Amino acid sequence: MNVPANLKYTKTHEWVRVEADGTITVGITEHAQDLLGDLVFIDLPDVGKEVAAEQEIVVVESVKAAADVYAPVAGTVTEVNGPVADAPESVNQDAYAAWLFKMKPANVADVDALLDAAGYLASAAE
Amino acid sequence: MTQKTVLNEAHRRAGAKMVDFGGWDMPLHYGSQIEEHHAVRRDSGMFDVSHMCAVDVAGSDARAFLLRLIANNVDKLRLPGKALYSAMLNESGGVVDDLIVYYIDEAQYRIVVNAGTAEKDLAWMAARLAEWKLEVAVIPRRDLAMIAVQGPNAKARVWQVLPATRAASEALKPFFSVAVGDYFVASTGYTGEDGFELTLPASKAEALWQALADAGVKPIGLGARDTLRLEAGMNLYGQDMDETVSPLDAGLAWTVDLAAPRDFVGKAALLARPAQKQFLGLLLLDRGVLRAHQKVATAQGEGEITSGTFSPTLQQSVALARLPLGVAVGDTVKVEIRDKQLAARVVKPCFVRNGKALI
Repeated sequence: MNVPANLKYTKTHEWVRVEADGTITVGITEHAQDLLGDLVFIDLPDVGKEVAAEQEIVVVESVKAAADVYAPVAGTVTEVNGPVADAPESVNQDAYAAWLFKMKPANVADVDALLDAAGYLASAAE
Repeated sequence: MTQKTVLNEAHRRAGAKMVDFGGWDMPLHYGSQIEEHHAVRRDSGMFDVSHMCAVDVAGSDARAFLLRLIANNVDKLRLPGKALYSAMLNESGGVVDDLIVYYIDEAQYRIVVNAGTAEKDLAWMAARLAEWKLEVAVIPRRDLAMIAVQGPNAKARVWQVLPATRAASEALKPFFSVAVGDYFVASTGYTGEDGFELTLPASKAEALWQALADAGVKPIGLGARDTLRLEAGMNLYGQDMDETVSPLDAGLAWTVDLAAPRDFVGKAALLARPAQKQFLGLLLLDRGVLRAHQKVATAQGEGEITSGTFSPTLQQSVALARLPLGVAVGDTVKVEIRDKQLAARVVKPCFVRNGKALI
């Protein structure tokens, strides 16, 4: 399973990259896209939306099923990846390049508390 | 316990993602469901359909048995090899299963039934046989494997691999079959494309699968099988109809012969209860994906999607739906998806045929 060590993760298969400006970039893991199969539709949130941790924020749909993507922490959506909504297959091609949205966390400590790569691997193996 | 077809190892070697389907361990896809879908529409693909059950119906009363057993009229079968699609109904007119019956000769028919319903179907047939006291043997053929080869180049690839079948199958019209040695070659399918469904001894299946792969035929999983059949507007048992649904409400009226004087199981129920709904296609106009069980709001009342997916050929979501009488092709309806009401157009339930969009 491809789980880059420089990212943070959630039990619900989101990956999180902490940027220099304190925002976070969020996508779904390679394992998640593999479970879903070919993605055909992505519904992104509005920029400026305020979300609670673990709130449904994005819907991704593959040919076979729909799945929710959850906000890894509480905060505000600052940017969404429009091109990925037009080409959902880019998530299948490279899940760690095809980010879904960026957000400004309400509390930086929440990000530190997310899983590391080893923690995600253990969680995904459960 | 999960059952395996004789090709199970071949699927695993090819890197298939396996899933449980009606009690069978089957390939969902071999990498990309969408690429597999396109392979069938544009070139050729092969499906392991050995989980489906071939059932031989043999004996002097075989025709009499089938005339009563199924809703379509076996008397339409006059030419050797001809195939007939039909529903098998219960007394209340619900669909026990849908099947294809092949006419081999007066004392020999072959039925192919769905995988998940095979045991139920066999018990049903045995019970009717005992009740009607006919001279018929119903023989499940678990010694056989089935491989469907579909796509514009499917037949050419089959002839390349099995040249002996060419002469007999070249002039085969759609929905016919012919036996060539060990191979039962049928011009039937579940994709809306040209091609064959091949039935053969299980012991020969792996060699044929490999030879077809070597000839360039792509293995196709159940995922693409579903999107292909949905684009072709073909029903899936358990999803578009089941024992609680009348064939008249499932788009299968064309397969039910109520005109002939013969009696069959479920006929009285169908005559007493004409169609209550119509079975039509939906094309989603907004962005999103239609799925089974989503509610459809129409000017005539509420309907429900029975099968929905993203159509790789149309690059748009499509569905089959049971809608109130009075809804017309061309109407715009609203589908409830999560918290949104999305617009969809009502269309005839056949979206793609022979690689071409019909809508």
